[in-house]
Amino acid sequence: MDFTRLVSTILEGLGVSVQVTLISIILTFVISFIAGFGILSRFRALRWTSVVLVNIFRGVSVLVLMFWFYFALPLFGIDLTALVAGVLALSLNQGAYGAEVVRSAIQAVPRGQTEASIALNLSSWHRMRRIILPQAFRIMLPSFGNMQIQLLKASAGVSLITLADLTFQANLLRQSSPQNTTLIFVILLVVYYLLAIPLRASVSGAERLLSKADRA
Amino acid sequence: MIWDWEFAVEIMPILLQAMLITIGATLAAFVVALLAGLGLALLRFSSPLQAPKRGIRWRLLGGAVEFVRTTPILVQLYFAFYVLPTVGITLPPFVVGMLVLGLHYATYLSEVYRAGIESVARHQWEAGRALNHSRRHMWGRVILPQAVPPMLPVLGNYFIALLKETPFLSAITIVEMLARAKIIGIEYYRYLEPLTIVGILFIVLSVAGAFGVRGLESWNVRRLSQGRTSARRARPEPKGAPLT
Repeated sequence: MDFTRLVSTILEGLGVSVQVTLISIILTFVISFIAGFGILSRFRALRWTSVVLVNIFRGVSVLVLMFWFYFALPLFGIDLTALVAGVLALSLNQGAYGAEVVRSAIQAVPRGQTEASIALNLSSWHRMRRIILPQAFRIMLPSFGNMQIQLLKASAGVSLITLADLTFQANLLRQSSPQNTTLIFVILLVVYYLLAIPLRASVSGAERLLSKADRA
Repeated sequence: MIWDWEFAVEIMPILLQAMLITIGATLAAFVVALLAGLGLALLRFSSPLQAPKRGIRWRLLGGAVEFVRTTPILVQLYFAFYVLPTVGITLPPFVVGMLVLGLHYATYLSEVYRAGIESVARHQWEAGRALNHSRRHMWGRVILPQAVPPMLPVLGNYFIALLKETPFLSAITIVEMLARAKIIGIEYYRYLEPLTIVGILFIVLSVAGAFGVRGLESWNVRRLSQGRTSARRARPEPKGAPLT
């Protein structure tokens, strides 16, 4: 098999990998904020639930979580497709880390900002939305960028629960043409490396945009 | 069919045994990461008294580190497992796994070392030189005693992160906890109990680890409040590193 055939066969898994990564990124973002605000909530029940859930989903390995969703949940009558199980495991796990990112960023905004908004008689919604979050968001950005790359890397795990992503395709290819093993995995590594580039660019782009908005 | 306690108790000893493999793998890989990370840090970074490293070799090394950091561990494991034998290197899977996990984490740890050493104020280096300390004395008595303690909690966090990567080792035939749970699942056609127990064991291990890290942190605070070292902390977060 020649080089282009190898590349095109591996890239048949590109759609699945990109899909899993992108959905997980969005879901992680949402979960991070919900759980992050949950930890900061003034209601004790909500606070404790969030802390416990975050520690559970953070403490368990993402791959174990994936297997659990895929193999164990059906026994409760909840049958998830491999895609849903994979995405859910990735985003709950990474979202638990993200919750801590959101929490610490909000707490890192100087107290004076809160005090000033109270002095200006802003509503608590207004205070969070207009004063605290815009500053906190800046602090979160680098970590969110990191999380995107983490998600891309961890997405290779879905090949182990039968999803035909890049890694899965490469493995199939290795079995059908073992004489190309080295080349196949080199291609696969390079593809993942290239996929990380737009992810990184998106975060540094957002950072630039925010600092521009700052100066304006 | 829902949770079966009898079955859970029956498989517990087998899973605990597999937990020892998981812990052993984590420890071995972490030792590799500590040593290789130190090597990388020495190659890539310089003390504040030297000119910063630049040039083609420095760039190539930086690029390689970046590459390792942004590609999946699972694929790196496959790569080492399937490609090394084709060039005549046959190692047991356990060794391959340790090396891959260790080298991957070495790329994170090299940044931890750098941040730790950079957290030592510049004048400490200058004073050391002004007092004509030997290289050994300088590192052993001046720099490291100040650089290492703030690194410990960060290293601890990476240790916990590494622990959670070990299930990927199951992909290269190492029978750690997840692989053991899968084998049990296939054998008895019951996945719920083994997978749930493995999940709980992971949570227990990482929560215990988190307590250890918190202990190291408060030990640092106590040390600092005695006013012996500078208060700066190592807080690195290299691109692509797991959040801790």
